[in-house]
This record gives sequence, C-alpha cells and structure tokens, in this order.
Amino acid sequence: MNWVVSTFSTSIGKKYLMAVSGMLFLLFLAVHLVGNLTIYGGAEAFNSYSEHLHALGPLLAAAEVLLVLAALLHITMGVTLFFQNRRARPVRYAVDKTGGGGRTIFSQTMPYTGLAILVFVIMHLTAVSRFFVDRTQKTAFQVVTELFSNELYVALYMVFMVIVAFHVRHGLWSAFQTVGANHPKYMPFFEKLSAIFAIIVGVGFGTLPMAISLMN
Amino acid sequence: MSPETINLTLKVWRQHGPEDQGRFITYQANDIPTAASFLEMLDIVNERLIVEGQDPIAFDHDCREGICGMCGAVINGRPHGPEKETTLCQLHMRGFQDGDTIVIEPFRARAFPVIKDLAVDRRALDKIIQAGGFISVNTGQAPEANSLPVPKSNAELAFDAATCIGCGACVAACPNASAMLFVSAKISHLALLPQGRPEAAKRALAMVAEMDRLGFGNCTNHKECQVECPKGINITNIARLNREFIKAAVSSPEEIPVFPAGRPEALQMGAK
Repeated sequence: MNWVVSTFSTSIGKKYLMAVSGMLFLLFLAVHLVGNLTIYGGAEAFNSYSEHLHALGPLLAAAEVLLVLAALLHITMGVTLFFQNRRARPVRYAVDKTGGGGRTIFSQTMPYTGLAILVFVIMHLTAVSRFFVDRTQKTAFQVVTELFSNELYVALYMVFMVIVAFHVRHGLWSAFQTVGANHPKYMPFFEKLSAIFAIIVGVGFGTLPMAISLMN
Repeated sequence: MSPETINLTLKVWRQHGPEDQGRFITYQANDIPTAASFLEMLDIVNERLIVEGQDPIAFDHDCREGICGMCGAVINGRPHGPEKETTLCQLHMRGFQDGDTIVIEPFRARAFPVIKDLAVDRRALDKIIQAGGFISVNTGQAPEANSLPVPKSNAELAFDAATCIGCGACVAACPNASAMLFVSAKISHLALLPQGRPEAAKRALAMVAEMDRLGFGNCTNHKECQVECPKGINITNIARLNREFIKAAVSSPEEIPVFPAGRPEALQMGAK
C-alpha cells in the first residue's frame, strides 16, 4: 500500500486530517468574521468589502476550492471516526459518569454540532453565495438585509451560531493536541484561546442581524 | 472501638461466559466493615454467596497494592471507582455511605470481551506491547551509568509514563473505547530515553497499527482517560505519540505493518 494512504488510514492519521482541515476552518472563520464586521461601517463599507473580495478572482476561487476539499475531508473523516467509535463499545454502560475535568458538553456533541454546521453551510451558501444568488441586481448589503428581515431566519441563524461556537470550543485546542502541540508552556494558552475564540465567533456572527437592523 | 459497618445494595453485572447475554443482579450486602477495601467487600459478598450455594462474582485481582494493574471494574459509572488516582483494590468502603446503592459493571470495550461477570479479557493490551513496546537489545553487564547522558526532565517524563500499570481504565473511561493513553504511555517511556530511540519509528508505527487492528476506538480528546487513570498519566503523552507517529510516517524508512483484512482478532478472543 502507498505510504501516504496507509498513514492516513490509521486512527492517528485520520485525526491529523481532522485537525489540519479544522484549523483551516478556524482560520476561515476569523477572516470571514473580520470581513463581515464591515457591516458596522454601513452599506457602503460592506459592499466595498464584498467587491474587493470578489475582485481577487482566481485567488478567491483557489481559496474556495481548498475549503471545499477540506470540508469533504473533514466530513468523511468525521463520519468514519463517529461510526468506528460507536462500534468500539458495543455494550454501553448502565451508569456513565464523568469524574470532572474530562468530557464536556462541547466535546460530546462534536459529531452532532458538526452535522448541524453542514446543514447551516448549505443553507447559508444557497442564500448568499454568488453561485446561487443573482448579484447583478442587488448589492451584497441588500442580499443580507433581505435575508435578515425574516425573523424566523434570524432566530435560526443565531441558534446555528451558538452551535458553531460549541464546535469551536472543543475543536480549537483539540486540533493542537492532535497535531502534537501540547506543552505546559503553551497548552493553557490554546485552551483559553479555544473558549475566547468560541465566544468571539458566537457573538461576532450572532449579533450581525442586530447590526443590520441598527443600520436601517 | 467496635468496627463500623455499613449496609449496601449492590447491582452487579453477572454474565456466565463470553456468549451469555448478561444482566444486573441485585444483592444486599449488609454489615460491611468500612475498613474493608472494595475487593474485600466483594470477597465478603462472595463468601456469603458460596455458603448459600450460589455462584460467586468473578472479578480480577492480584497484588491488591495498586501496582499490578489486574483489578478494575466500573463503579457507579467510574472506572476504579470515584477516588482520584486509585485502583479498585485501593478504594475503601469508608468512601461510601450506609444505604448506598453501588452499580458494578465490567470495563466495556469491543477489544475487552467479558470472560465472566466483571472479569474481562485485556490481552489486546499485551498484543500492542508485543507489536513493538520493547527494546531489542541483548542485556549483559549493566553499562557505565554516565555513558548515556539523559536530561533530568526527560528521565522524569519517561518515569511518569512508565508508571502505567496497563489496567485498561483509560479504555474503559474513554467514550470511544480508545487505547491511546495506554499506547502513548508505552511509546513515551521508551521514546524519551536514548535506549528507546533506535527503534522509536518502527515502534510507533507498529503499535498504532496493532491498536487499530484490535478494534479500539479513536481518540477525540475527551480527556476522560487522564481523569480516571489510577497513575495520573497525562494526555501530553498522547500528543507525544501523535508527534512520534507522524515523524515516523513521513521521515523514516519504516513502513506501517499491514495486517490481513477481516474481523479484528479481539472479536475472536475470549469467545469460544
């Protein structure tokens, strides 16, 4: 067997793929949030951000292809690990308690929050991306404003942002642990960063509908 | 001073053999001295069962000093019971209250088939060691101590990892039944010392491949293993294993051993 294939077929290899693709998404979340925060600068600022982003042309396309590939990898590995892990304990415990300091609601819900995020990403892309929405008639700001004028969508959107925050809360430090970057010198920082970045993502994206309603 | 005693209700997993379905049976355990260890409490219950002509509860034990790694069961959802860094034999009944109900289950993992009641087959861990958890040198005279310098911090980290008694509580505690803490401890205590370096790459690849083959789950960083480990082994060892593994995979000439496809051996062990 090819050494690359055999390496990434092992449990640790699969975890590396999860971690590295996950780190890419964390980076994406940070960039995406910074871009979206231009909404606070008003319609012009946001439209200008959108135009400049699309002016990147092939660079943007390359980033999109990379993200799609990473998503396919992350989802395939996640589903594989989920079923392998379920199979590893065919008889469950009658009493299953944690000693504290172990699993958390964030770590335990990773497969489910992950699935929910996939649903959201599909919903989000069909609602705003240039592949699904005609941008010749409307500005980026108009697309977002229309979307957030639907209260049901806003409520759903905010729930999804909390779910993303949950996933990030376990995912960030976990990715560093998996790639072997756990050291008493910097692991406490990554663990704190995990919580802080989760809050930043949840609050930063989650309050965008409010920002829009303030603008109007 | 008369010894203090407590009365307990035990819900114990009883399973005649690997093929049996298994079920919880409730026992009334009265007048248990609080000075007794958990295993001594089971001894008392078993003596009473024998007098009554019933089958005693099977459980593993050996040294009863917390150093052999033979004992272990899940007590009220916690491998080795609720006390921190304690094996089941070192857990004492003074930690329980009169009238408590205690649920006792075997370690649960596909790789640890139940032999009988609370006794599980943990040979899967031995098989991982056989795959590479050793140093292939002919021992002779003890070498001159200063001929191989070892940094003190490495010696300490290696020793911390080497305190692993291979009890399997990490597997039992892991929501995924992963053996990563065990494997990482065994990899670490050799990888940190100069004597372990020559075979480090081969060892990491072979032990991980064997772990996967035996049907253990994958680590998802829940940290439950570190919480329940009776020797307090830290997940920084798992990070070291991950580093050792990827280093071996990409920068050594060693290859990951390929095992014949098919049912993991763990499924056939114990049974039949």
